[in-house]
Amino acid sequence: MSGFRLILDISKTHLLSKLKQTTVAALGVTFGIGTYIIMMGFMTGLNNLLDGLVLNRTPHIQLFNKTAPTEVQVIDRYKDLPFNLNYIHSIKPKSRLDRIHNGLPLLSELKKHPKVKGATPQTACKVFYLAGSNKLNGVINGVEVAEEVRLFNFKDYITEGDVNSLQKRKNSILLGAGIAKKLSLKVGDKVQVLSTNGATYALTIGGIYQSGLTEVDDVQSYVSLKMAQQILGVSSNYVTRIHIKLHDIEQAIPMSKNIERLYDVRALDVKSANAQFDTGSDIRTLISYAVSITLLIVAGFGIYNILNMFIYEKMNDIAILKATGFTGNDVKWLFITQALIIGLVGGFLGLALGYGVSLLIDNTPFNTEALPTIKTYPIDYNPAYYITGIIFALASTFLAGYLPARKAQKIDPVEIIRGQ
Amino acid sequence: MIPILETRNINKYFLDPVLFHVLKNISIQLQSGEFVSIMGKSGCGKSTLLYILSTMDTAYEGELFIDGQEMSKLSRNELARIRNEKIGFVFQFHYLLPEFSVLKNVMLPALKLGKYSETVIRNKAQEKLEMLGVGDQSHKKASRISGGQKQRVSIARALINDPKIIIGDEPTGNLDSKNSENVFNLLKQLSSDIGISLLVVTHDLDFAKKTDRIIEMGDGVVL
Repeated sequence: MSGFRLILDISKTHLLSKLKQTTVAALGVTFGIGTYIIMMGFMTGLNNLLDGLVLNRTPHIQLFNKTAPTEVQVIDRYKDLPFNLNYIHSIKPKSRLDRIHNGLPLLSELKKHPKVKGATPQTACKVFYLAGSNKLNGVINGVEVAEEVRLFNFKDYITEGDVNSLQKRKNSILLGAGIAKKLSLKVGDKVQVLSTNGATYALTIGGIYQSGLTEVDDVQSYVSLKMAQQILGVSSNYVTRIHIKLHDIEQAIPMSKNIERLYDVRALDVKSANAQFDTGSDIRTLISYAVSITLLIVAGFGIYNILNMFIYEKMNDIAILKATGFTGNDVKWLFITQALIIGLVGGFLGLALGYGVSLLIDNTPFNTEALPTIKTYPIDYNPAYYITGIIFALASTFLAGYLPARKAQKIDPVEIIRGQ
Repeated sequence: MIPILETRNINKYFLDPVLFHVLKNISIQLQSGEFVSIMGKSGCGKSTLLYILSTMDTAYEGELFIDGQEMSKLSRNELARIRNEKIGFVFQFHYLLPEFSVLKNVMLPALKLGKYSETVIRNKAQEKLEMLGVGDQSHKKASRISGGQKQRVSIARALINDPKIIIGDEPTGNLDSKNSENVFNLLKQLSSDIGISLLVVTHDLDFAKKTDRIIEMGDGVVL
């Protein structure tokens, strides 16, 4: 029997003889790890859901024209001398069109770029929705619906009707859920739309669009690109926005800077646009870790306590083991092994508990107006959490066992045997 | 002939609570197969000497040889190995591991030594237990047998690695006269039959008189 197997064998007998205490110690670890798994799974599931809610739909880079005052005024170019103080009152931004300059060539250029997964043009027009005497202001976006579905999961947000109706019929509209409710319209009905230049269009409702964000659903509707251009009364090269999806979201910042540098357009990357989501995710993750680590520390103290008591009870055994030829190291490892067994058993039970409760949460119905695509609570089953969990369990029990084990290692058998 | 155990000028001091010279120039020898008892009043240092001889106490001055090998130069781990292999212990209070079976208690030092396979060790342990008349108790828990039986089991454990020396600290001190007699006879038999050296601290004069030689101690010196 090799040294380690012998130590393991003695550990097993010791632990089994104190089954109650062992169980309590292991359960401490179980709850710590279980909670860690549940919290991480649930929190990350929630994070992914919220990120998905925004990021799936949000393009990685948005290109548009921005109304802003000229940064460098003419006078500064002409007389920018250190002893001059040029001051211009009431600077007004230069008036410019909404449309992106050279939009279509830019679009086809972007589509060829190796880092770009896809790019879609959009034409936004401000309109009024008419129903009888009701007039609701809103925005209609002209989109290439097939590309939107491919790149931005557009289909997920059509709760009723058919997303492809835009392609089938030119005067079809995907009406915002909020507007549909306010005007009590349903799929197949017609809605009158009044454009800013006074023309009225009758559009057939092909579907209902619900993003989950009320302020969007109350104003936004979608039509085909051509229809939007017709409402605006402009030619087919009139594009107000270009949405870009990259293969790698991390490339968004450098790419957007590059586009701004090369073209006369404003580029907004997803990181800047949604900075608060990253912060929120980070803080939620931090909280999960803080709670789990606290639980594990508590479990660790439990193990420390139990092993400490155990060592006091087992003074005689330690003395006799040492007298019959076991070294201090053997005795130290005897107790560390016991701590690790508690950690391993408790840890695996914790993983099982965490997985079980995660499954339960995952199957709990969760229906909310705001999130049409979600039917149950979100859970993330990332194996990394399970691996981290078991490492946590072993590390914390090792530490909790190490100190008492060191004490046992140093026990002088003569003192114990003579002390009787 | 090289003595199995020899001390040369062993001195030992206690520092706590005041400096106290416990052992003064102890030089004794134990021959192979000899059964020696150490006697003396309480506090004369005989137990202290015993623990030095057993290699568990390393805080002393002087030289200790076991089986011709000097002990004072060895590390704690090496000393543990020596105890495991060459020395068997029998204490006054039995000191069995209560959660383990009688058989396992006897097997543990041999498992630690790792010289034989587990099966061989199991058979050897059973053999020793039977030799000492407690073979039928082997599967009971150590906490479930009587005091006299416990002492026999601890002798069996002391014998499991076929040691050169058995060291006893009042091995009969806790037993009634009948059990005491039995244990003495067993020990005597070991030294005469197998040739193991025995060194036993005792208060029991009757016990001591029956041994080969008595080392009498008083106030830290051999009288």
